[in-house]
Amino acid sequence: MNEQQGNILSIGRQEFDRELGRLEAELILMSGLVEKAIFDALQALKNRDIDRSQKVINEDDHIDKTELEIERYCIELIRRESPMAGDLRRIVASLQIAGELERIGDYAEGIAKISINMGSQPPLKELIDIPRMGDKAVSMLKRSLESFISRDEDVVRTIVVELESEDDEVDDLYTKVQGDLMELVKSDPDNAERATYLMWVAHNVERVADRAMNIAERALFQATGQLVSGTTTIDTNVE
Amino acid sequence: MALNETDLLSQAGSVENILRFDDIEPVLESNDLSVAYGDQTAVSGVSLQVPKNSVVSLIGPSGCGKSTLLRCFNRMNDLIPSASVKGTVNFAGQNIYDPEVDPTEIRFRIGMVFQRPNPFPKSIYENVAFGARINGITDDLDELVETSLRRAAVWDEVKDRLNDSGLSVSGGQQQRICIARALAVNPEIVLMDEPASALDPISTQAIEQLIQELSNEVTIIIVTHNMQQATRISDYAAVMMAGEERIGRMIEYGTNDQVFGNPKDERTEAYVTGRIG
Repeated sequence: MNEQQGNILSIGRQEFDRELGRLEAELILMSGLVEKAIFDALQALKNRDIDRSQKVINEDDHIDKTELEIERYCIELIRRESPMAGDLRRIVASLQIAGELERIGDYAEGIAKISINMGSQPPLKELIDIPRMGDKAVSMLKRSLESFISRDEDVVRTIVVELESEDDEVDDLYTKVQGDLMELVKSDPDNAERATYLMWVAHNVERVADRAMNIAERALFQATGQLVSGTTTIDTNVE
Repeated sequence: MALNETDLLSQAGSVENILRFDDIEPVLESNDLSVAYGDQTAVSGVSLQVPKNSVVSLIGPSGCGKSTLLRCFNRMNDLIPSASVKGTVNFAGQNIYDPEVDPTEIRFRIGMVFQRPNPFPKSIYENVAFGARINGITDDLDELVETSLRRAAVWDEVKDRLNDSGLSVSGGQQQRICIARALAVNPEIVLMDEPASALDPISTQAIEQLIQELSNEVTIIIVTHNMQQATRISDYAAVMMAGEERIGRMIEYGTNDQVFGNPKDERTEAYVTGRIG
């Protein structure tokens, strides 16, 4: 390779690196929108703030659009650059993570819609465990994105272990919420409607934590080439 | 970046990055193979096992010794007066560099297809029948020519013009005629040195499809600069790299999934992602 060829290659490569950086920035931005949506949806529920719930619903269009933009950008990079190895894993993981974030946005929208359906009724019980679930789920989302951005196998594996433990905590809280609500229904069947609303809210928050887990698994794929889903692993490095 | 450092580029791959087959007998195996042109070492220390009926791609930047290595596998380097080879290339139970081995016989059993189609200035028929005639085979030549052209997926295109010059057809057809010529002597291995790089996309597609079909019956070792092509057609890929002193070494050898999906050697990662080239 002569010097001129080397320069041309490195210029092309620099541009591609910049575009991969832009893709990552778009994902971080989208993640921020989704975190805010979850936070706002739960705050609006707690404070019975219908306007804020409606805003979460309206802003979900923006999250959906961002996801499509990221998808389009990934498709363009794959078509134009025919990426290999780490580049391909990074783009594929980005594509999948954008999908996970979009679904988290839908859960926020779902919580906001439940809150609006509840109308002027106060929540059946004081909201303590559901906001705790929400805090943990949002924290898991942040950590999962951190693992993706690190692109470092050790960092990702450490975070995955932490998230598994946090996901168990969220699941435990979900079980507790379900139990508490069932007790309230048993004590007074008229509580059923309001209990069902909160059951659905808790379900949506529990799914956010699951999606954060999925994001960390995509980060693991990016770092190692291993496709992981729960306890199932396929190593793409082995035929 | 450390990758630009000459000493790093010139280091051979670590042993664990070189695929070895414990459970099968390779059809061809080089051991510590080195090639020099006069005083200049061009390729050093390549130990490569090629499984039977597989397609193995040799990839790496220009000047890393891919074609030199390929030519070692059927003693084509013998034709270059200054070339000398050290190490062994085992094929069919013997080292093809043993003095008693006839290199011409080796070249029939391990055929070669070059970058630019090189049909002889003879008819299409005579091009394909050439090897058989040299071996004194005169019976059933018509059948041999037809079968070989069919195997090379070019029969339907040239069957009505077998007496036309091999040079009168398109580049893609010429290349497939050259492949038919190589196949006509029933080789066990076909070496291909960038066989599609001079061809248009349609002809390239035809050659790639042909390689995949042929791999059911022959082993193919192919040099290519086109990494998408390598991922499409090959089972395994060997990565060559040379430092500033221009000595080519194999830095990684593995399945396609490994080399193009998650390389073990960071220089392979840098090459397949276009960071060095």
